Amino acid sequence: MAFLQLKEVEKTFFTYDSVTTAVEKINLTINKGEFISIIGPSGCGKTTLLSLISGLLHPTEGQILLDGKQIEKPTPETGYMLQQDYLFPWLTIEQNITLGLKTMGKTKSEEKELAYELLDTLGLSDKTKHYPSQLSGGMRQRVALVRMLSTDPKLLLLDEPFSALDYQTKLKLENLVFSTIRTHGKTAILVTHDIGEALAMSDRVILLTHRPGSIQQEFSVAHHLAEELPFNVRLDSQFTPLFQEVWKEMESLEKQT
Amino acid sequence: MKSKHEEMHRQFKKQTKTRTLQIRAVQILILLSFFIGWETAASARWIDPLLFSSPSRVWDLFLVRVQDGSLIMHTSVTLFETILGFLLGTFLGTFLAAILWWSPFLSRVLDPYIVILNSMPKVALGPILIVGLGPGFTSIIAMGALISLVITTMVVYNAFREVDDNYVKVMKSFGATKRQSFFGAIFPASYPTMISTLKVNVGLAWVGVIVGEFLVSKQGLGYMIIYGFQVFNFTLVMLSLVIIAILATCMYQTVELVEKKLIRHRT
Ligand SMILES: Nc1ncnc2c1ncn2[C@@H]1O[C@H](COP(=O)(O)OP(=O)(O)O)[C@@H](O)[C@H]1O
Ligand SMILES: [Mg+2]
Repeated sequence: MAFLQLKEVEKTFFTYDSVTTAVEKINLTINKGEFISIIGPSGCGKTTLLSLISGLLHPTEGQILLDGKQIEKPTPETGYMLQQDYLFPWLTIEQNITLGLKTMGKTKSEEKELAYELLDTLGLSDKTKHYPSQLSGGMRQRVALVRMLSTDPKLLLLDEPFSALDYQTKLKLENLVFSTIRTHGKTAILVTHDIGEALAMSDRVILLTHRPGSIQQEFSVAHHLAEELPFNVRLDSQFTPLFQEVWKEMESLEKQT
Repeated sequence: MKSKHEEMHRQFKKQTKTRTLQIRAVQILILLSFFIGWETAASARWIDPLLFSSPSRVWDLFLVRVQDGSLIMHTSVTLFETILGFLLGTFLGTFLAAILWWSPFLSRVLDPYIVILNSMPKVALGPILIVGLGPGFTSIIAMGALISLVITTMVVYNAFREVDDNYVKVMKSFGATKRQSFFGAIFPASYPTMISTLKVNVGLAWVGVIVGEFLVSKQGLGYMIIYGFQVFNFTLVMLSLVIIAILATCMYQTVELVEKKLIRHRT
């Protein structure tokens, strides 16, 4: 069943002396529980696309339907993880992860239970009274994940969540994020510039063209791989051929410019 | 290995402490030599004690004025005016900054007027304030507030605008209203700038109030200075200056205390 539908979506930015079309002709249908990755050259409109789906931006043309309803403005139904963690430095970890709930007016302790539970799952329950500056990059990203999941959103938007981390931390977090999202049965869209990460984590990979970004090609990951932990996918024999297929396609994009 | 490091750490702590003590000692020495030098110069008649007074005269006058209650009265009047002027200027300025942030249209409309008001020497408006609000403490407080109001509005408004947009995006992604975004992200993210404005405003409020008291000339430390000047009692002028120095420092220290409380966790 179509959970999220993008129909002929276009976004053009206007400034006084420029008109920039960031994305155009985007047609995409995502089913409930699917994990989709979007890759493409930098500046091709990946962040713009996520902002459109989150409701922070409105499409210039076309429609975006979530559960059949047009998206008007951001709602806690959709969780959005920005390119950096953007934890609030003046709040403790505890206050950071309950920020969304507080905004929604949910301050009862049973409403906060999920947030603490997630923090515990991600191994940070001893950090509740700490401030973000006292945590490492990987820990901060995990806190940002908890903050996003705390409101129990149905759709997750992840904008290059691992790009600022060292390789080892990144591989570990991929596993952690993947299993957390899968156990909670969420639908997720991950933006990344790392082909390996896209293939390791998702059911489908969407490749965007140079700006104005439109869908160049879609790659499906075999079902048994899509169910595996990202780290194991990277070790699988089918991984490398798939990687090369995507790589070639990206290379041909480079040549076009 | 362990005991070696412990020993080195002890050495290091000792050195740090000694350094701090040395600095304190020199600071006290400077203060003492200033007063001793002043006293000696006055009693040896190197400087005219009628013009420059001397620490002992200031001290004697201090005791007299404390006993007859007049010093407490003047000091409390000035302190009251300064604190009120400071708070008014800071809060009104921050409030105006919030309104400008709220309405970009209004902020663009008002921009040239704010620039004019800011370049204006506020104390020049003193006579108009006195005519408008009466020659009393209302116009003095208004002066203390006005002098910091415009600059506070400008600096805090800029701080609000420079807050990373992504903090607001985080708030919005949870469905936050504009009001929630302001109080949840914009306002707390601007604490550091607001604190440094507070520090500047302490000094500005004193300027406004003292000038106001010069003009109104009824009571307060500013009045004591202008009166001492007119009747050639420079001991009175000096006494007022010393008290102002002490009080202004105390206010500044209080702001620093607030700073430590508010922004201790930032990096
Ligand atoms: N608010 C905006 N106003 C004008 N241009 C924008 C705005 N946001 C993004 N763009 C432009 O749209 C293009 C796509 O940006 P973005 O979605 O951030 O790319 P990506 O995330 O793929 O690197 C870029 O050329 C960028 O300059
Ligand atoms: Mg981006």
